[in-house]
Order: sequence, then structure tokens, then C-alpha cells
Amino acid sequence: MMKRLRSWSVMLRESVVMALDNIWGSKVRSFLTLLGIMIGVMAVITLITTVSGVSGTIASSFMNMGVGTLTVTVSGSDLKTGMTPENLATIAALEHVDGVVPSVSLNGRVSYGKEVNTGISVSGRNAYYFQINDEMILQGRSLNFIDDDNHSYVCVISQEIVDTFFLGVNPIGETLLISGLPFTIVGRYEEDSGGGIASIFSGSPAVMIPYTTALKVNNSNDVNSFTVYLVDGADSAEAQQEIEAAMDGIFDYEEDCYTIASMETVEETMNTMTSMMSTLLAGIASIALLVGGIGIMNMMLTTVTERTTEIGLKKALGAMPWQIQVQFLIESFLLSIFGGVIGVVLGLLIGAVCMLVISRNYHYMMNCYPDAGGVYAFTKETFGYDYGFLTAWFLALTYLAIFWANATSLPDSPHVAAWNLM
Amino acid sequence: MNEEIFFRMTDIDKDYPLAGESVHVLKKVSLTVERGDYLSILGPSGSGKTTLMNIIGCLDTPTAGEYILQGSEVGDLTERELAELRNREIGFVFQNSQLLPRLTARKNVELPLIYAGIRPKERRARAEAMLERVGLRDRMEHLPNQLSGGQQQRVAIARALVGNPAILLADEPTGALDQKTGAQIMGLFQALNEEHRTVIMITHDLNIASHARRVVHIIDGVISEGDTRSLEKGGVS
Repeated sequence: MMKRLRSWSVMLRESVVMALDNIWGSKVRSFLTLLGIMIGVMAVITLITTVSGVSGTIASSFMNMGVGTLTVTVSGSDLKTGMTPENLATIAALEHVDGVVPSVSLNGRVSYGKEVNTGISVSGRNAYYFQINDEMILQGRSLNFIDDDNHSYVCVISQEIVDTFFLGVNPIGETLLISGLPFTIVGRYEEDSGGGIASIFSGSPAVMIPYTTALKVNNSNDVNSFTVYLVDGADSAEAQQEIEAAMDGIFDYEEDCYTIASMETVEETMNTMTSMMSTLLAGIASIALLVGGIGIMNMMLTTVTERTTEIGLKKALGAMPWQIQVQFLIESFLLSIFGGVIGVVLGLLIGAVCMLVISRNYHYMMNCYPDAGGVYAFTKETFGYDYGFLTAWFLALTYLAIFWANATSLPDSPHVAAWNLM
Repeated sequence: MNEEIFFRMTDIDKDYPLAGESVHVLKKVSLTVERGDYLSILGPSGSGKTTLMNIIGCLDTPTAGEYILQGSEVGDLTERELAELRNREIGFVFQNSQLLPRLTARKNVELPLIYAGIRPKERRARAEAMLERVGLRDRMEHLPNQLSGGQQQRVAIARALVGNPAILLADEPTGALDQKTGAQIMGLFQALNEEHRTVIMITHDLNIASHARRVVHIIDGVISEGDTRSLEKGGVS
């Protein structure tokens, strides 16, 4: 028994030495074989690192902008078709809720003097909205509680309106006709700031008026869309439950009267998408790995056929079959290990670089276009229509490729094949 | 049985399947070799002499017949026992020395000891002693391609002998050498035999064969024995 053990250890050490010697002896061939495994491992690691980095970046930027708000869309029941201002006050008074911003759109013509424009979005907001987005007013004042309570005919306008009607004129104090009714302009705001979650879904409006006035103009008392701002640090799931309970009470426990969308929902969708992407990419990369494994297998096969003389000689010198097999196995094992280690290191490095580039880009995008939403919009805005067009195509192709991701199931480790060689 | 008998072959047959037909390479070969014999097997190419050597060296098994080596029937041994037998009892010398090109002379000589599971220190000492014995003391750390043909063959002989085998099996040991170096190798064999080591040499060269004390010729798989002198007179075709 001791003798067997000793011969094992002597053999193993000599085999490693001989294998290293053989690998070193045919440097070019060993390197080319390594290359396959190396590139395969590198591809897998790079892609997985990159994709998880991307989803991390996306998640963190969603954290920055979206968490803490819930968007409620109200379809209502037959008896009650929307939320009244009193109902909104009920929601705003809930424990987890800091405030509520209603969004009431007006469809009407906007005109100034003789100029008429029909394509302008007008939205009713409340004082709370301007309170939390206090930095958005550039000139004049914002809308306040008094405006809400008095159904004042005042409005704040965006740069778009200034460009349309007031080039070179100070708009504050002028009167704008909205749906035929005169509104005094009291302020000008910056479109791109403070959009919050509502602007992601609906875009910023060009004109904002008190929502109570908007309801009056619409001749209805229904608010059908509002955003709930949660208290700092509130648990969004608990808050959602609380709001649902209150809403159920308001709508008399009728079903399907409203939907609540949280940023988490959007985030979940994003996560599903990125995980699909990573499966797809890992699938493709694994093919590279498989090919690398086959490369090693091929090399070992040629090595064995090339060295039949050597094998015969070793047999004549008294080598047992297993001793010869072990030597070849160690050789392919070492090749795989070397390739794997180099591949992991390179993959991590490249992945880190990719991640840095992507997250920098993404942050730049989020800073420039907080409400831009997608890669297409970002590319189009930043690099122009042509690049946007290209990007959109690549995106479309990528989504098509998701089918492939599901079809690519990974076979067993490619090294298994090498073990069956002898 | 006789202690002095090293191996005994009785009615050995060897067939090879070739293109659907069975080629009869060895036909009823019987041969007895005693310890300390110096035997040469002489025959033209294709006569079956290499097959015979492979069977003697336990690299191949006979199709039929009895081969008793040191009292045990070779046909009954397992692969592992055969490998051990080759390692311990038989030293091979091939025509083209067959050294591993990337190992030094010393490392090449150490190979059989590696398979025997002997520790590096002892391996080294024994390999060096054996290389000294064949006159290559100052060539130990040279690679095979830095050695002459005769030196390579001597390294191969050292490798065959380092495990202290009972028998030295040489297949055309001088085939790739010029006459002078061939004679040196023959001198070495002679000396080894004088130390009471069994030597079997396979050759197609009558001059080389005549160095042995006993000559067996093999033609078309059939062997017949004669002494050296009768060969010199009559010769073989």
C-alpha cells in the first residue's frame, strides 16, 4: 500500500513536470490551444460582468429618481368616475404619504392675441407639486394653495410657450386664452427639471394651471391620474397596501377602478429584461467556451496520435496504462487551467472597463435628459438622428435575439469530452 | 524446473488480421533461453523477428502456445503485472535509440525508475552510475540531439539497464550506426554478457549476429538453430 502511494506521488510529480515541459516545448501550439479557452472564458466573464454592471447602474439610477413615488391611474366605476379633491385629501392624509399631485389634462386651444395653437398640452397641478419642485420656477412665481382654493385663472408656462408666443417679450402678466378662457401668466418654469415619475409616463406639459381650475374648465369633478409622494424612508409595499385600502374605501369596494404603478414595477421589468440579455449573452459566450474546449480536445487527439512512438516506448519501459493516461490528462488539465486563469483575469479587466464606460455614459444621459427614458432617445438627442436610427435597429435585433437566448441551453462542461479521449 | 532456464517458449503461434485475412507471422516457434545466454535472432525483414521480440518482451501476446517467463505463464498475467514485469525484468534497446527529445540523457535514463516509483535522489544516483558505466560521464546533461548516434544508443542501453533487468532485448541495436560505433556497442554487449546478464539481439546482419554465442535464424516465421560457425560457412539467404 505504501509502495503504491509512493509510486503515485512520484508519478504525479513527474507527470506534471513532463506535461509542463511538453506545453513549454511546443509554445506556439500550446498558446493557440490556450487561446480558445482563454477567449471563451474571457467572453463569458466580460459579458456577465458588463450585464450585471449595467443592470446595477440602471437600478441605482431608478433609485435616484423614482423610488418614493407611486402613480395611480383611476378608471372609476359606473357610479363614481374619478377622484374628487376631497378624496385626494384623504389619500394625502395617509400615514405613509407625504403629498399627492393630481394631473388633470385639458384639451383645448391655446391662443395669445391673434395667434392660435392647438398642439399644446395643458395640465392642472396643485401647489404641493411646486413645493417639492421648488427649483423649477425660473421667473415669476409658482402656483400656490390660494390659487388651488380660489380656482384662480392663472398659469405658469414653459420655454415652449415663450418660443411660440413671447419671443422678445416678457410673458409675465400677459393673458393667455386656454379653451377660450383668459389665464394670467404668473411664472415661467424650466421644462427638464423636476419631472418626477409623472413626466416619465406623460412628458412635461407646456402650460400648468391650478388643478381645481382645470376641473372647473372641464366641467367635472374627476381626477383620473395622480402621483403619490411617499414619506422619506417609507416602505413602498406597505404604502401601496395602505393606499389600496383607502382607494377601495373611496370606490366602495368595486373592482378594477384603479391601478397603482410603482417605480419598483418598472424596475422589475427592467431586471427581467437585463437578465434575459445576460442569459442570451452568456449563451453566446458559452459557445465560444465550448469551441475552446473542443480546441483542447483536438490538440490532445493530435498529440496522442503524434506521440504513439513515445507512448509505445513508455509502455516498453514499464509504464502502466494509467500512468500514460494521467500524463496526457494532466497536460490538457494544465492547458485548461492556464487558459481559464488568463481568461478570467482578462475578462474581469475588460468587463470593468466596459462597466465604467457604460455607467459613465448612462449617468451622463440621466444628467442631460432626466426624463429621456431610453437608449434610443439618448442616442438621438446626443449624437443625432442617424445614430439614433442605427441604435434603434440594433435594439430591435437584440430583442429578436431573446428567442435565441431561450433556445440556447448549455451542454455539459466541454472538458468532459477531453476526459473521454483515452 | 531448471533454475537456469530464463524462459521457455513452446509452439508459439502469432496471427495478425490483415485485410480480412489472417497472416501467420510466427509458426510453432519453440525456444529456450538460459540465464546468461547471449543469443542473436537473425532473419531478413518480414521474417517475424520483431514480432518474436515483442512477444519475448511481453509487449505482445501470442495467439497460441505456451510462454513461460521465470516460471510464470505470461498469457495469464494482467496488464498491470505485464507492465511491472517489463519494468523490472526486461531492458529494451531499439534501433533508433528512441530517446525522448526534450529530456536530458540523465532524465531519459531515469524514466524506467520513475515508473518503478523510485524517489528522485536515488533515481539520479543510479542513472548517473549507469551513464558512467557506458562511458558518458561528461554527457549526462546533454539533450539527445547534442549527442552522436553512438552516444545516443549508449544512453538507450543505460536506460535499458538502469532498472537492473534480467534480460537485455535489443532490436537492431547497430542498425543506424556506422561500423566502428557498432563495434563499440557490440563490445559493450559482450561485457554485459560476461557479467552473466542475458542478452538477446535481433538483427538482419550476419556480422553483428556472429558476436553472439548462440544464433537462431528465423525465416517466414519458422526458427531454426545453428551455431555461428555453420552460419559463416553456409549462411542464410
